[in-house]
Amino acid sequence: MTGASRDECMTIAAARMLRDGCVCFVGIGLPSAACNLARLLHAPNIVLIYESGTIGTRPNVLPLSIGDGELAETASYVVPLPEIFSHYLQAGRVDVGFLGAAQIDRFGNLNSTVVGPYEHPSTRLPGAGGAPEIATHARQTFVMLKASPRSFVAQLDFRTCAGFLDGHGARARSGAPGGGPGAVITDFGILRPHPDSQELQLAALFEDATQAEAIAAVGWHLQVSPQVERIAAPTQVELNTLRALHARTREAHLRPVQLPGWVHA
Amino acid sequence: MPILSLGDAIRDHVADGDCVAMEGFTHLIPFAAGHEIIRQGRRDLHLVRMTPDLIYDQLIGMGCARRLTFSWGGNPGVGSLHRLRDAVENGWPHRLELDEHSHAGMAAAYCAGAARLPFGALRAYANTDLPAHNTAIRSVQCPFTGETLAAVPAINPDVTILHAQRADLAGNVSLQGIVGAQSEAAMAAKKLLVTVEEVVDQLPPSMNAIVLPHWVVTAVAHCPGGAYPSYAHGFYSRDNAFYQRWDAISRHRESFMAWMQAHVLDTRDHDGFLGSLGWKAA
Repeated sequence: MTGASRDECMTIAAARMLRDGCVCFVGIGLPSAACNLARLLHAPNIVLIYESGTIGTRPNVLPLSIGDGELAETASYVVPLPEIFSHYLQAGRVDVGFLGAAQIDRFGNLNSTVVGPYEHPSTRLPGAGGAPEIATHARQTFVMLKASPRSFVAQLDFRTCAGFLDGHGARARSGAPGGGPGAVITDFGILRPHPDSQELQLAALFEDATQAEAIAAVGWHLQVSPQVERIAAPTQVELNTLRALHARTREAHLRPVQLPGWVHA
Repeated sequence: MPILSLGDAIRDHVADGDCVAMEGFTHLIPFAAGHEIIRQGRRDLHLVRMTPDLIYDQLIGMGCARRLTFSWGGNPGVGSLHRLRDAVENGWPHRLELDEHSHAGMAAAYCAGAARLPFGALRAYANTDLPAHNTAIRSVQCPFTGETLAAVPAINPDVTILHAQRADLAGNVSLQGIVGAQSEAAMAAKKLLVTVEEVVDQLPPSMNAIVLPHWVVTAVAHCPGGAYPSYAHGFYSRDNAFYQRWDAISRHRESFMAWMQAHVLDTRDHDGFLGSLGWKAA
């Protein structure tokens, strides 16, 4: 046992799913950590696209925002934002898109817009950003989201992103070009869509997680795959690499900003 | 193309009720210009920006905005924009109309605006609840293939305001690094104001650095540090620690108002703003 936190387990599990050379549309937070961990370990040729327009970026530290200078400085090239969405995403040039959300339902549809009614929300969330079109166009999506009955819900308050809609082939019939959610990586393990119904089912558990914990954390009646895998514990190399990345990041974000012509008292 | 003080540029070119786009996708956010709009007490603005960020949180909290066109309203990597949330959830300081899109939709709307087309077409919004809550998201049939596409009306702001690295004396503007949708927002606008880190006799020769030519630029204001606490590539980096501090400052109305009073309303200009945060001219 390596003493890894569940955040670390999620990040490492997501990193392991990324093939070398794949073109990956990255979001901030756990997805950004997972994609860069994959790049530092088994996928040195992974192409990371951040929606700010940076392509093939290889940041030494994780960005706080989607457009930190580090992403531009370490990119293969930087394009205007409209090109990212039209020439790359809409044109079908993204293999994997990462998504997060405040709510997910049993078919992998996502809400990142409001809790409560749209006109009078109890919680106004940040909104869609690039997510609806990532969900539509990426060949497949990976969703990273911690589980609780408040986030894994029977009914979304708002559908910001299409997963498998009502399942049973509804997404394909709607003409959506991308394949939809390939996996949901959460803090007890991994859900994957059932091949026929596309309902998310428990596919894998972290080493120290239980099926009972998974069922309790999900707000709908969670289906369980006939063969639930046990996810191998993080290796020391994986953990050391991830922790070093986070340590570099913390140090960089504390570094005081230098404004030309000014000194900070 | 005149080079104006920022105060004069805002006074002459931003009126109450205007549709104003202050673009910059985490990079080159025109904070100094936004603060000057707050100081001059503009009201009833229709604010347009893909990512409202801290500057629109401040404008909304100070009661400058009537309507917001946007696609992602958070504090990047930190969490909520608390002033935006307070306006939407509680109507404080007053109600805010939302015109909500996705990034792809807004990018298409700026591109259409820049080309002076009436709408942008794209494959977007399919199977989402956004069109049900925004009558500006519609569909159109391709006359060649019959495919149904999403359609969004062109964005043509009364004024677009950008921050850029440099302008030359003729008013040509260049910006580099993450360029977001600035060029499109600039070309879509009726008037274009640009604050810059430096004014040079002549822009350094470069074939592809984005240049906004002098005849589309309404006015330039020399405003070093004008994107702080956002950043200007090649000049200074993003103050991520400030973005993290903003979460606590903006969480409550009282601490927000006290901060705005001390750092924006009670300061004369951007140098005064920086001075109030502990910066001293070297």
